[in-house]
Amino acid sequence: MRRLSQLTPLAVAALLLSAWEVAVRIFAVPQFILPAPSVIAVRFAEAWADGTMLRHLVPTVTEVTIGGLLGGALGLLIGVTLGLSGSARRVVSPYLVAAQSTPILALGPVLVLWLGPGLAAKVAVCALITLFPVAISTLVAVRDVDAGTLELMRSLGATRWQSLRYVRLPAARSGILAGARVAATLAVVGAIVGEWLGGTAGLGVLLNLARGSLFDTPLLFADLLQIAIVGVSAYALVLLFERVSSKKIA
Amino acid sequence: MQILQVDGLSHSFGERDVLRNLSLSVAAGESVALLGANGSGKSTLLRLVAGLLTPTAGRIVLVGSAAAAGRPEVGIVFQESRLLPWRTVLRNVTLPLELEGVSLTSARATAEAALARVSAVGLLDRNPAELSGGERGRVALARALVRRPSLLLLDEPFAALDAITRARLDDELPELVAGAATLLVTHDVAEALLVADRVLVLGSDGAIQLEVPGLRGQPAAGRRAALLSPDGAARQTRLYAALNSVSHA
Repeated sequence: MRRLSQLTPLAVAALLLSAWEVAVRIFAVPQFILPAPSVIAVRFAEAWADGTMLRHLVPTVTEVTIGGLLGGALGLLIGVTLGLSGSARRVVSPYLVAAQSTPILALGPVLVLWLGPGLAAKVAVCALITLFPVAISTLVAVRDVDAGTLELMRSLGATRWQSLRYVRLPAARSGILAGARVAATLAVVGAIVGEWLGGTAGLGVLLNLARGSLFDTPLLFADLLQIAIVGVSAYALVLLFERVSSKKIA
Repeated sequence: MQILQVDGLSHSFGERDVLRNLSLSVAAGESVALLGANGSGKSTLLRLVAGLLTPTAGRIVLVGSAAAAGRPEVGIVFQESRLLPWRTVLRNVTLPLELEGVSLTSARATAEAALARVSAVGLLDRNPAELSGGERGRVALARALVRRPSLLLLDEPFAALDAITRARLDDELPELVAGAATLLVTHDVAEALLVADRVLVLGSDGAIQLEVPGLRGQPAAGRRAALLSPDGAARQTRLYAALNSVSHA
């Protein structure tokens, strides 16, 4: 059964790609509208071979890494602070909800205006978009720790810091990481949108180039494939961290 | 020497008086069991002694000074084991020492000794999720004993266990806590008589209604027989009658 469940996603992908390939050929769909998977695969390999993909991949990965880590760290800090302090939560929570309701991507032009079209604006978009899921999930997880366990810590004379370190954070771990998983994929979205707002390199820039000046639809799809790979890799890294950290917590 | 002295203790939750003018004492090495109806303030008393609550009125003197949360002279075992599921048994027991800044190496040795004392040394590397109810109870007891407290507060520690495991732990408890004074809260008359030197019944007005001598002084092998002897039966009858009266007061 386990082998079957491992095979199923691959089998489904193979089936869908085959259907796509056959449909494009049977209906003679023009390549500039929808290229066949085999054409996209060839273009993907060419883009790697001639260095195009790597040139655009590096800035995007840099933005996702810096922005994701920065947003995650800030989200964790805000979430822990609000999770621990009822009064801070009452004051700040309405603004947090309001900020989350504002499409962060709409702030992109403002960030470019303030920070310029370089790396800083894109990192800021990534950081803002990742901050909220991490902050909210951390807040809830840290706040809702079992009251009995906290009473035990008080009976043992634990300080607030010790309760945080030995109980709240380990107990909140899965909640925090659930937020981090969402944030990991959102970070990629943030980077791509940030690159659309300006810049000369990045997978978002390559999308615009492939669609506009190059009119290279296979490259456009190859780029989309690359973006998906970056998103899945970011998600997988969070899962990896989850596994490694489960063996090392308190 | 008195380990615990409680004088004129009162406590209220909002408008509701839970304890009223309660006085009691526990001597070094003595075991006192507290019986009472639900809501009579038994668990509240333990929390006040542990410093987890501040009394509305009265005085609690613990080993010569006022009660405060986290004093190493006091160990507490709650009704639920409250083991941290992400820590092994050993690391659950080292926790109180780690909080005091004791090195992990030294804490491990002390924790192993505490686990050996409660016959749970074979569980060292297990996770709490892998333990039976009785094993969890033993580990929670080891955690409370690891700082070598002078007073052990037991809040219905075996209430959630099956009858056989509970009976076994009741039989062993006087020896397991050897040296420490204990204040046990329970609903079980037989348990109270088996593990305590004195059994107190707390009335619905939050004051002591009855005091009956327990069987802890008897040799371990003869305690259960003593419980069923005419004298033991008479003590049980008095306690049940008092509990019945306070429950309907």
